[in-house]
Amino acid sequence: MIKPVSISIQNTQDGFAIVEAILADNPEATSNPLPAMTKVDCPGRLVIRADSVSERLGREWDPQEIHLSVISLSGSVDEDDGSLIIFWR
Amino acid sequence: MNIDLKAEAITPRRHTFSHIARRFGVDKPASRYEEATFDVQPMVNFHYRPTYSPQFELYDARRTRIVMNDWYVFRDPRQFYYASYNISRAAMQQSFDDAVNFVEKRDLIASVDPAWRDLFAAWLLPLRHVEWAANMNCQLIADWGFGTQITSAAAFCGADRLGIAQVISRIGLLLGQGTESALKDAKTQWLEADVWQPLRRLVEDQLVVHDWFELYVAQLIVLDGYIYPLATGAFDRAGAAHNGAPLSMMTGFLGDWYADNSRWTDAVIKAAAAESDANRIILGEWFERWSARAEEAVRPIGAMVLGAEGDAAVDAAGARLRERMIALNALEAREMAA
Amino acid sequence: MTPRKMSLKQKYGAYTRGLDWKPTYQREDDVFPFAKYEGIKIHDWDAWEDPFKLTMDAYWKFQAEKERKLYAVIDSMAQNNGQLGITDARYLNAVKLFIQGVTPLEYQAHRHFAHLARHLPGAGLRVAAQMQSIDELRHCQTQIHTISHYNKYFDGIHDFTHMHDRLWYLSVPKSFFDDATSAGPFEFLTSISFAFEYVLTNLLFVPFMSGAAYNGDMATVTFGFSAQSDESRHMTLGLEAVRFLLEQDEANVPIVQGWIDKWFWRGYRLLSLVGMMMDYMLPKKVMSWGEAWETYYEQAGGALFADLARYGIREPKYADVAKAEKGHMTHQAWGIFYNYTHAAAMHTWDIDEAHMAWLREKYPDTFAQHYEPRYRKWREQAEEGKRFYNNGLPQLCQVCQIPMAFTEVGDPNTISFRVSEHGGDRFHTCSDGCKDIFDHEPEKYAQAWLPVHQIFQGACGGATLPEVLDWYHINQGADNMDYAGSPEEEQWNRWMEGRRPVVPVAAE
Repeated sequence: MIKPVSISIQNTQDGFAIVEAILADNPEATSNPLPAMTKVDCPGRLVIRADSVSERLGREWDPQEIHLSVISLSGSVDEDDGSLIIFWR
Repeated sequence: MNIDLKAEAITPRRHTFSHIARRFGVDKPASRYEEATFDVQPMVNFHYRPTYSPQFELYDARRTRIVMNDWYVFRDPRQFYYASYNISRAAMQQSFDDAVNFVEKRDLIASVDPAWRDLFAAWLLPLRHVEWAANMNCQLIADWGFGTQITSAAAFCGADRLGIAQVISRIGLLLGQGTESALKDAKTQWLEADVWQPLRRLVEDQLVVHDWFELYVAQLIVLDGYIYPLATGAFDRAGAAHNGAPLSMMTGFLGDWYADNSRWTDAVIKAAAAESDANRIILGEWFERWSARAEEAVRPIGAMVLGAEGDAAVDAAGARLRERMIALNALEAREMAA
Repeated sequence: MTPRKMSLKQKYGAYTRGLDWKPTYQREDDVFPFAKYEGIKIHDWDAWEDPFKLTMDAYWKFQAEKERKLYAVIDSMAQNNGQLGITDARYLNAVKLFIQGVTPLEYQAHRHFAHLARHLPGAGLRVAAQMQSIDELRHCQTQIHTISHYNKYFDGIHDFTHMHDRLWYLSVPKSFFDDATSAGPFEFLTSISFAFEYVLTNLLFVPFMSGAAYNGDMATVTFGFSAQSDESRHMTLGLEAVRFLLEQDEANVPIVQGWIDKWFWRGYRLLSLVGMMMDYMLPKKVMSWGEAWETYYEQAGGALFADLARYGIREPKYADVAKAEKGHMTHQAWGIFYNYTHAAAMHTWDIDEAHMAWLREKYPDTFAQHYEPRYRKWREQAEEGKRFYNNGLPQLCQVCQIPMAFTEVGDPNTISFRVSEHGGDRFHTCSDGCKDIFDHEPEKYAQAWLPVHQIFQGACGGATLPEVLDWYHINQGADNMDYAGSPEEEQWNRWMEGRRPVVPVAAE
């Protein structure tokens, strides 16, 4: 069984762009709208790419800005230049 | 939502929390600083003794020799609670970032006399380790201190010290041309060079002090009281003759920070000394013990940066610190003779 | 020479553990005197990988931005009489429980993460711990500032720190956290960062925050969401910290397993207050405790413990009991508060027909059979002017400190209690889970400050109930008793006159 990872993002302008970017970059990801937030699930691993989010926001987006939008996540985290990865070891 | 305020008065039944009203009166709306700070710490009826120090309660005023009737007399003149603290520090960081970006973009470091640049790296970069220890000392005060007023401010000061250590690290990366080389050299100096060993010994000796108020005096009053005035005063001025202005731009915030922090530490020492003669005696004892150590520890660094004028600069810093303590009524003026 | 740009990882390393050195003038064991007594073996602190690489510059920037947004909402709430937007004044009792029971724990977490930030020998973990320390202070202070507005209009909120140190039901959360902060640094990490933040936090925050959202309390929703962005950092720290302990030495596995078992049960018992809030105190319900337990523990916890199985970690002991009890726990907890509401700083009320129908639907196997008849009888008594108050003092569990009202698994008519002997005295616990915890460290739990014992010993202001309530700082006739007939009810009905229909309260 591949365990799902997930991240819940606030429904804000930045949040919508992050969710869109995740869905575009992770074909297996699915999004579930909840009150005031969106939960994205993906089997095994999920990547948030800074350039994808930046493109959607029309400005440079630093992956550390995730701290302004995230509500909860499930999985281990690897943060580096250009991306943030959520995965199970 | 549309509320017709004209038709009906929505009258509050009270202005603030009872514990705040007991201190400041029931009719007075409280400030956010007061509500966030006063009487927040648990005081009584602890369930278990700490397994790591069973002689104490979980929060215990007996963890220091300083005795206060009320531990909520250490009002922070800056009135920091979390939000106001972070907003203030975000602005301080922004002004540092602007200065460093300005220097970096124009490659202004190249214009500094190389000998001074190296000396600057030699005195500034090892200080990030002193800041790291200061951070640990602030965490101990936040942990074992008594009353939210002093412990929350210590926690913020601790975050400041990590921030300062990281800001010095950033300057180190710049001096190392984007590599860790300058920081690594500085660490070797910190660990091995004779010039740094008295200070490192002092810092490590502080790490085994368990009386948190003693640590407050040893670190935030005494050691900071030598290092910051030297770094932002005499050391900085020495750079002027060597085109050191770009470096001064980057360290300018240290002086601003120290002035800001001193508003708080002054208020704390003044209140502790005003409480009793017994406190004044203890504060004086700590001050003498640690200032003797600090003076000895910074002397070789003063000599490294200022040569023959180093001792005079260290003496001047010590004298100013003593005057400050006397002005706060924490030391007797007659001790000036020393 | 072309400057080589350092990666985020390298830079973060230079900014954190690069600051640290091994002391030589003092012994490491004297600088970090508490790192070994729990028996945890760490061979290589550098193997710790920092999940989030937050430096102070970024921390200040992001947190300042979050605070600006949050305080704009808090200001607007005060300016616009935001309290008028809630569904019903009874909702506020959830907020009272929160500020009395949870906010002081945020504060304690702040202080004790400072303890870890000083006393853990690994520099990477110390940095993570100190950010969490000030985050927790943030949560405490933003909660105070948000709820300060409600305090101006509603009862039971006004002396929350004083009450937290004294009230009988608040000794449940207080003793929980005292238990964690009196333990060594690694047990604290496992208890709070892992068992509480990672495994159980969704059961605390999601119900409170969704409950607030469903009931029109936008200020609480805002601080909750804002705090959650910190929580995701804290949860990740908890998971990675436990993984680190397990990877460092096989001998750590049984110690950590013992802590997971203990803190799962401790946390679960604490959550009975939250479960009660969900099933009974929200005028507009979000989900039942039973549903929340299935979603946030049984499913999410299942995946987690499957992942940790590789280290030899199994599901917490007595997770099966929690599962078996989920149809009973909240009703029994509400029963305690209904019977002792005269001694509590919050209101209770009659369960009306619509609420009973909801409970029947959510708890088809237990509610109609065991609890509905009880509520109907209480209503009858109230209607006859004989509202039932229990004037005796209950026996408390020596570990979780909840009055002994929980029943045996599979036998909802028999109160569950266990007895242990220690030092010639008998100690009573409410369950096998609590008895195990007592028996493992009897000298610790024998110290517990049990509110009922303290009243009997005359340590709580006097021998009569009014004296004890004065000592609690309960404003009698306002903070306590039923919602029906309270000043809050009168105020709310006045506010709502001409605004919207008042939700009927059945009793009296």
